[in-house]
Amino acid sequence: MVTTVHCSIVSAEKEVFSGQVEMVVASGTIGELGIFPGHTPLLTGVKPGAVRLKLEGGEEQIFFASGGFIEVQPNAITILADTALRADDLDEAAANAAQEKAEKELADNKTDIDFGRVQADLQETVAMLRTIRKFRK
Amino acid sequence: MANAKELRKQIGSIKNTQKITSAMEMVAASKMRKAQERMSRGRPYSDHIREVISHVAKASPEYRHQFMIEREVKRIGYIVVTTDKGLCGGLNINLLKATIKNIKTWVDQDVEVDLCLIGNKGAQFFRSYGGNVVAASSHISESPAIEDLIGSIKVMLNSFEAGNIDKIYQANNIFVNTMNQSPTIKQLVPLDAQDEGEERHCWDYIYEPDARQLIEGLVTRYIESQVYQAVVENVACEQAAKMIAMKSATDNAGDLVDELQLIMNNARQAAITQELSEIVSGAAAV
Repeated sequence: MVTTVHCSIVSAEKEVFSGQVEMVVASGTIGELGIFPGHTPLLTGVKPGAVRLKLEGGEEQIFFASGGFIEVQPNAITILADTALRADDLDEAAANAAQEKAEKELADNKTDIDFGRVQADLQETVAMLRTIRKFRK
Repeated sequence: MANAKELRKQIGSIKNTQKITSAMEMVAASKMRKAQERMSRGRPYSDHIREVISHVAKASPEYRHQFMIEREVKRIGYIVVTTDKGLCGGLNINLLKATIKNIKTWVDQDVEVDLCLIGNKGAQFFRSYGGNVVAASSHISESPAIEDLIGSIKVMLNSFEAGNIDKIYQANNIFVNTMNQSPTIKQLVPLDAQDEGEERHCWDYIYEPDARQLIEGLVTRYIESQVYQAVVENVACEQAAKMIAMKSATDNAGDLVDELQLIMNNARQAAITQELSEIVSGAAAV
């Protein structure tokens, strides 16, 4: 039985990860996904959140993806993220500040803000913070 | 002596030009490094999304986006990416030549052609060459934003959706290495299923949540990333070609100066010899 599958995570800026993995856990548009080698072809969106990779030998790596697409082929998994970061590189302070700012903007009730954009920003930073906390534990 | 003076002036002006070209070479070299970095960072994404798209095109999906359907070709569109400024050797002209050749094969089949031009040089060229330009954008900065490009691309995509255009090609330079940039023309829409040799069995993705929405999002992202990558790559090509062109200009100027210097020295020496022999023969006569 095949026990590993090739996985690559690319963001618009760079290739974040590429290598053999035993399992991928990501948050798809309609729920958490766990993907093992030999998965049937699947195409789905990604919600902002953590992407957990179980590498060969059991080591785990956590990444943050802020939305995009996942393509699953039986022998390859590709995550096309808008932005992707290693969890180690996430900046908790910056994420906190961004969350506060977005919340304030929403609370201010000004008419000239782009409501959808701010809400999306907020969602993204909240997901980022959740990833950080999960990773720290 | 008049000859020597003229030569000295000429040497002076060539040396000035040489200073300018060598400065431009250095500027291009430093810009190239940045542009190259930007290009190589974007490459994985555009390569992977192209792969995914070709998988999608090969699958037999329940929802076929209109960008995936081949139509009979009556009118085609070209997106031509050129530089804004010149002084970069044969970069633009090679690309435009290749484009013209490609266009000609279509025109011979009675297919009409629309053009969307990114960059000043292409616009200038097609103004004199003729051609139906539907959109043009220029003065793209060295670190282009996708928003700057999407306007003119949208024109093309809209007319594809409206059924006015049946195929869209993208022509741009591919950065092979610093010495070598190759003009390429590839089909953007309808989506090109690559490696056609592979068996085409019937399979389809599971779509979550909805095929239509997903594929539409993916296709839009695909086209954006392809065009963006083409522009970024073009910037890298431009700087590399400029560096090489300016380097050879500097070298040529050096050769020219050496040659003129030799002629000038000859002329000066001849004048001195003549003067001497005049004095000697004058003294002998006395």
